Amino acid sequence: MAVDELAPPGGDGRALLEVADRVVGRATGGEGIEAYVVRGVDTEIRAYNGDVEALTSATSAGIGIRVVRDGRLGFAWAGSLDPEVIERTLAEARDNAEYATPDEHVRLAVPDGVAAATVDVWDAALPTVDTEAKVALALDTERRARGADKRIRQVDSVDYGDGMVEAALVSTTGIRATWRRTSGYVSASVIADDGAGSQTGGGYSVGRGFADIDPAVAVDDAVERAVRMLGATKGASGRLTAVFDRRVATTILGVISSALSGEAVIKGRSFFAGRLGESVADPMVTLVDDPTDVRAYAASAYDGEGLACRRNVLIDGGTLRQFLYDTESASRAGTTSTGSAVRGGFASTPGAGARALLLAPGSDGLDQSGVLAAVGEGLFIQSVTGVHSGVNPISGDFSVGVEGLMIRDGVLAEPVREITVASTLQRMLHSVVAIGADVEWLPGIAAGQTLAIADVQVSGT
Amino acid sequence: MIDQPVLERVLGEALRHGGTFAEVFAEDRSTSSALLDDGRVEQLSSGHDRGAGIRVVVGETTGFAHTADLSEAGLLAAARAAAAVARSAGGARTVTAPLTPAAGPVDRGTEATGAASKADVLELLKRADDTARSAGGAISQVQAGYGGSRRRILVANSDGVHHRDDQMRTRFSVSCVAVGDSGMQTGFETAARTVGFELFDEISVEDLANEAAVRALTKLAARPAPSGELPVVLAGGSGGILFHEACGHGLEADHIAKDASVYTGKVGQLVASPLVTLVDDGTVGTEWGTAGIDDEGRPSQRNVLIENGVLTDYMWDFLRARADGRASSGNGRRQSYQHLPMVRMTNTFLLPGADDPAEIVAQTPKGVYVAKLGGGQVNTTTGDFVFGTTEAYLIEDGKITEPLRDANLIGNGPEVLRRVDAVADDFAMTPGTCGKDGQSVPVGCGQATLRITGVTIGGTAA
Repeated sequence: MAVDELAPPGGDGRALLEVADRVVGRATGGEGIEAYVVRGVDTEIRAYNGDVEALTSATSAGIGIRVVRDGRLGFAWAGSLDPEVIERTLAEARDNAEYATPDEHVRLAVPDGVAAATVDVWDAALPTVDTEAKVALALDTERRARGADKRIRQVDSVDYGDGMVEAALVSTTGIRATWRRTSGYVSASVIADDGAGSQTGGGYSVGRGFADIDPAVAVDDAVERAVRMLGATKGASGRLTAVFDRRVATTILGVISSALSGEAVIKGRSFFAGRLGESVADPMVTLVDDPTDVRAYAASAYDGEGLACRRNVLIDGGTLRQFLYDTESASRAGTTSTGSAVRGGFASTPGAGARALLLAPGSDGLDQSGVLAAVGEGLFIQSVTGVHSGVNPISGDFSVGVEGLMIRDGVLAEPVREITVASTLQRMLHSVVAIGADVEWLPGIAAGQTLAIADVQVSGT
Repeated sequence: MIDQPVLERVLGEALRHGGTFAEVFAEDRSTSSALLDDGRVEQLSSGHDRGAGIRVVVGETTGFAHTADLSEAGLLAAARAAAAVARSAGGARTVTAPLTPAAGPVDRGTEATGAASKADVLELLKRADDTARSAGGAISQVQAGYGGSRRRILVANSDGVHHRDDQMRTRFSVSCVAVGDSGMQTGFETAARTVGFELFDEISVEDLANEAAVRALTKLAARPAPSGELPVVLAGGSGGILFHEACGHGLEADHIAKDASVYTGKVGQLVASPLVTLVDDGTVGTEWGTAGIDDEGRPSQRNVLIENGVLTDYMWDFLRARADGRASSGNGRRQSYQHLPMVRMTNTFLLPGADDPAEIVAQTPKGVYVAKLGGGQVNTTTGDFVFGTTEAYLIEDGKITEPLRDANLIGNGPEVLRRVDAVADDFAMTPGTCGKDGQSVPVGCGQATLRITGVTIGGTAA
């Protein structure tokens, strides 16, 4: 696709549907074909020291084709919508299908009668915003960050980014869906220095459109996080209550959700396997995945197989109620899809997963300072590191590096760093002691809320 | 991929409105993968991607555009889009040096294509599955994966560089779940090299499968890892991620230029134990971070970063090196043609020492022995970093005793480097994937058995 076609993705996705229709129309008797066609336009601007460091503008497009024949699945993708390339990709997917193990549960999604909700995640104004305005916003953010506090010695990076994506999904089994979304963000990463040492902080502002992006939010967040860590020392070991910042709570929910994937459960890779109907969390924990909630970052009318997204209650009052299924894992489990197929893009196949997790806020309606006051003594966790290397959703082992501040008399006190916090996901769910009502929809698959968990092990001095 | 006259016209167009540098990076990548899970070959996948990224540098600003259209018209359009940023800056017109084609890439192996090789891949996956499942009755789940890729790249720039490379990569991994009274535990093992199907002449999938399975089985009896600070012995080839995180990222010149590294301004100073000599080298054999050239057309080279504890140099890409009036160290890498290059590691490793690995353990009264590491993460500004264990044991009275559950270890880069008090001679490399600013690139890490006098262990035991 040429750069000349930098024009924003158009209104109804008809062009992409036509591409997908042509591929699916090639199916021969007994052959199932699914074509997933995606096209996007992205802008990225990095500001540094009063200047634009880099400006990227690009359009990209691609196709992923699944072929199912006699219970055997083959997949191929290409980063192009050139007809000859698509032809080769289809042939490759067909050839790949020859080698898979036949399996009665391997199948494409079939429309299940659930009507798709209206989920409008397209900001019509974004395609009309010119690059100069985006550059001005990035430079403004960088200038604000540099001037925000005399202790900010460096603005490491300020990034503006936006994207417009449209997709079409068509299959021989009757799926025919299109969707589109816009998103934008500005992020700031700053270094504070008090002469005795440096600390870092990051902040961002996200939205569907340009008008939703607020440089002040990103800058204030970044500066607050860096400055309040100044003077941090290595914390002391001990067993205490941890209060997770909204952003950190989002990350933890994301990890827990991979254990709620029906695919992980059915393959024995989840600590939740075999526990439906049992108490898996404190009774105050109710966890819902509802991608039709338009506030959610990854909100969508359709799942990754073209079925309607729907609200699924996963944990209700501490009791495990439901797993998330795509078509294949549902068949394997003897149930039906929950409309929870997710896919990383045209280059990957769908799997079962969450899109829009939300913990029911605590009945006391606490914001972050309310949670801190309720906890009284403990550790506030501002950021975590090593989630990929220290959190295991199969065994449940949990161990992360932490930066944060001690909580004393219900308020934030001295900053601490170079410590770890450890527990198991199983125990953490049972040890939830407060869930904030300060819901913020953050990038990713879960809302952010301040979350207090008792009895974690801090390792430090 | 693209003819020289076309490249010259595209570079000319990119600099038509001014600028000090323009570059065309073209890439053609084909991938194939296969996954055996839950006893079934779930799917074979194939992918193909090709395109070009064009950058134009004007003053301190880089304009970048990429396109999947490698026709002259498509490249010229991308050049104009990348140059748009130059137009507003109004720089003077610059002269483009004539392109000097370099010698072609070296042959790096045989691609796994065609029906025979797909069947061969399935055979390997099944052998791995059989081996893992026969390692013990407690093995409840096995996943085996194969991935192969061929990446052909071309770099041409206004300094006259015109270089190509042909990069072959093959990896094979096995992950196992074991179930016992204490719940589930996991074991993972992978082999990955910059070769084609020849990987399987060099490694045994049975060995990989067995290691992954035994790792999961061993941990069924694991006790919670301790908390607090203890001496740590890292086994040779346990991951090498320690140095990647403790100082590798902090020695990348982009962090240095922004004064966002604890190692800024420390060249010539003692930053580590004299036992530490750290090298980044993109030319080492068929290791995972090896390539003929980096993604800016600079031939890979060996760079000594720390020598006997003294910081000798940082790692550089084209722009950071140019700003400093020196040559790139061959560390300009990018995930794909859709990404801008930045300073990245290749194969980063600690040179071996003279100690005996068994003796190092024997002389450690109490500590943690790490047989295998997972990933890690660092804040280059503060130097604080974590790295995770996937197979670790207690050391008691100089002996390796009970297995420990997985945990992260946390330390501060400069402090940990000073605490290395023994390095053995049993050097080994391991493959990994390094993420930075949203881009992933393959890297190698290496080290011999070594001891750190104190690291904080992130376990749950008080």
